[in-house]
Amino acid sequence: MTSNDTSRTALELAIRYGFIVLLCGLAVFFSIYASGFASARSAVFVFQSVAITGILALGVTCTLVVGGFDLSIGSVATSALMLSAYTMVILEQSAFVAVVVCLAMGALVGLINGLLIVKMRVPDLLATLGMMFLLIGLQRIPTQGNSIATGMNLPDGSVAEGTFSAAFLWLGRHRFDLFLDRLLPVPVVVFLLIALIIWLFLGYTRHGRLMYAIGSNERAAGLVGTNVHRYKIVAYMISGMLASVGGILLAARLGRGDIASGNNLLLDSVAAALIGFAVLGAARPNAFGTAAGALFVGILLQGLTMMNAPYYMQDFVKGAVLVAALVFTFYLSSRRGGRRTA
Amino acid sequence: MKDITCKLHALEKSFGRNHVLRGIDLELRAGEVTALMGANGAGKSTLVKILCGYHFADSGQMELGGASYAPADAADAISKGVVTVHQSIDDGVIPDLDVATNLTLDRLTEPGVGLFVNDRKLRRQARAVAESMGLTMDVRTRVADLDVADRQMIAIARAMARSPKLLILDEPTSSLSASEADRLFNLIDRLRADGVAILYISHRMSDIRRVADRIVSMRDGAISGVFDTEPLDYVGAVNAMLGHQMTEVDIDPVAGGAAVLDVRELRLFEGNPPINFTAREGEVIAFTGLLGSGTTELAEVLFGLAEPAEGTLLLDGKAYHPSNASEAVASGVFMSPKDRSDNAVIADFDIADNMTLPFLKAFSRFSFLSERAQRRASASMIDKIGVKCQSERDGIGTLSGGNQQKVMIGRWLLEESRVLLLDEPFQGVDIGARRDIGHYIRQTAAGRATLVFVAEIDEALEIADRIIVLNEAMIAGEYVNRNVDLNHLVAAVSGPARPQASDQPLPPSPNQAMA
Repeated sequence: MTSNDTSRTALELAIRYGFIVLLCGLAVFFSIYASGFASARSAVFVFQSVAITGILALGVTCTLVVGGFDLSIGSVATSALMLSAYTMVILEQSAFVAVVVCLAMGALVGLINGLLIVKMRVPDLLATLGMMFLLIGLQRIPTQGNSIATGMNLPDGSVAEGTFSAAFLWLGRHRFDLFLDRLLPVPVVVFLLIALIIWLFLGYTRHGRLMYAIGSNERAAGLVGTNVHRYKIVAYMISGMLASVGGILLAARLGRGDIASGNNLLLDSVAAALIGFAVLGAARPNAFGTAAGALFVGILLQGLTMMNAPYYMQDFVKGAVLVAALVFTFYLSSRRGGRRTA
Repeated sequence: MKDITCKLHALEKSFGRNHVLRGIDLELRAGEVTALMGANGAGKSTLVKILCGYHFADSGQMELGGASYAPADAADAISKGVVTVHQSIDDGVIPDLDVATNLTLDRLTEPGVGLFVNDRKLRRQARAVAESMGLTMDVRTRVADLDVADRQMIAIARAMARSPKLLILDEPTSSLSASEADRLFNLIDRLRADGVAILYISHRMSDIRRVADRIVSMRDGAISGVFDTEPLDYVGAVNAMLGHQMTEVDIDPVAGGAAVLDVRELRLFEGNPPINFTAREGEVIAFTGLLGSGTTELAEVLFGLAEPAEGTLLLDGKAYHPSNASEAVASGVFMSPKDRSDNAVIADFDIADNMTLPFLKAFSRFSFLSERAQRRASASMIDKIGVKCQSERDGIGTLSGGNQQKVMIGRWLLEESRVLLLDEPFQGVDIGARRDIGHYIRQTAAGRATLVFVAEIDEALEIADRIIVLNEAMIAGEYVNRNVDLNHLVAAVSGPARPQASDQPLPPSPNQAMA
């Protein structure tokens, strides 16, 4: 083996496992230097802190796979948060109705996004940016910009009588027993389940394979008989519905329709999906990477917090991780590319 | 002996384990046109990229005008006088800017140019350049609004405007008509008289006969033959490039069985005379014609990508009206489109995923893909059609153009079709791969009708039982592929409307030239 080959293999290994090694390294580092980091409860806390952004990130991953982008996920999540509160508190409906209405809303927003992009030929970033603004405004209209809670005064002078039902709050607050009592919160379970499903869907079904084909060469995918429009619309609908799942879980955790929550959701989840490009040297959007990317950010923030780093370090750290991951993806991966054509 | 402009010595280049150039020694002399021939993957493009500063050689020396030459990047190569016109046109022009800006763009990057652009002066300079090239368009036209040939001429004009010492032309005539190519050849003559060394890369024997003073053949990353004694030994050059004696493909045309595809009174555009033909089971029909003669439009209509002005299609006697590709595929009409990198190759996928893409359903259960089934089917197709690769898991980008094309065609042979449409299946494919593909298409032709759309006559002769010539979206001639009268065929292609030599197609076939 020549030295050239050795360095090539080393580069290959670095690209493939670099990020995972870094993740483990961080975990070990914090276990040693941040007392209390290495415990089951702390681990669950990390998962819990990334569950909702992780779910949104998995949705945006689907749109990235078909070569699109969804900027509206954050506002879909906050809209679902407000809508579920409105349905239960003001319309006095059950938890089940609230969940169904929110999921339908997410699917509808995704459908409109998809149609704008596919039929109206609006570029994805612009269409979903427009939708983001529209939803941010729309979710405030019914309550004239107020948060929703039981006992609030309604515009017509009456008082809101409805409550967040116990079944709905269970979604955000219940913890399953696993080795320890009340260890695993529902949102973490939902996140892991969705990650598993999206991972299987994108990686191992023919639909997922065709979606990757569309993302790589849309014309070619269409010319082998793929219904490109339908797949793109479905991708945005998945993204919208997952964002609304995130919003429902957030509402269930907060127990009120808080108008100010969820500001960071969009940027955090997009960051997780982009960091995911670097995991296992995939250099493309993938569900495993997205989940790992979300966890990476979670571990880093948890560890830093436990080492008493100030709160304003958080965004800086996330940004630094994102930039490093993008360098990994785009610089290193381009260097391993072999001969194209001669 | 003329002065040596550029001298290469023991140039080596590897990409990973791929040894692409294995010690190139070459001298390029002032006032001489050196034609460089080589099959796809022989290393021509790599050699050009090293000369124009895009790649670095791993070892070896280059000299330019007696001084050592090692361009740091493409701009450095240009400033030293090595100018390249690349094969892909859009590398050479900026479509959104006007002709004048395109022709003078390089002056804007010269050191010492002021901050503000003097448009009038630039236009004047541009007009001078355009006139010297024989270009007549308004220099304020946006390049994107020009046709392909004019854009190509602009790319070449840009190269000329830099007064090069060494001019490299990479397949410059591939989108030019004969009269435009003549303009280019005249220009090359003039530059040759001015003492510019020219490296001319082409597959077209007619071009090479017209311009070359010397032929260099490359094969497997090495120079396999240099021919510079008059008269030039063209047959020897082609042999050196291929490494074996070329033989005429022997076709025994079959008449075909039952009618599979019936095309009745089809008008591709309003006001055109109708097209009528029947494609039969087991036969291979080649449609040939100039750019814009309607071959591509016909293929698109048959595959459901375009709507004809009028007419009926019958598939196995039943009405056939595909409104998109997936309906066509469902009816058993498959098409391998032209321009594979835009229309066919999924660059992110490996060979197996690219090959099985149209029929993923057949390789999955409950939507879950069976990687083993995909790999098995791909491996067997790789064997049958002869793709040169290490395994079916190789990235598609690691293959040469010819092998990529084999994968793209192989994907439509995985399942049985009623009608197989191949639009320009030999585009950017070397002669070896072209033979493999043609052979395999004919070998599997039973049980379907095969329609091949090619611009080059010799490709039609190599593959078809029957050749139909299109001209201005109508049938201009039909030939059974046995002792075809080539002059007659060429006359049909160029059409009765334009009998002058000026717009004749380029007869670009090494094969035909040898015959």
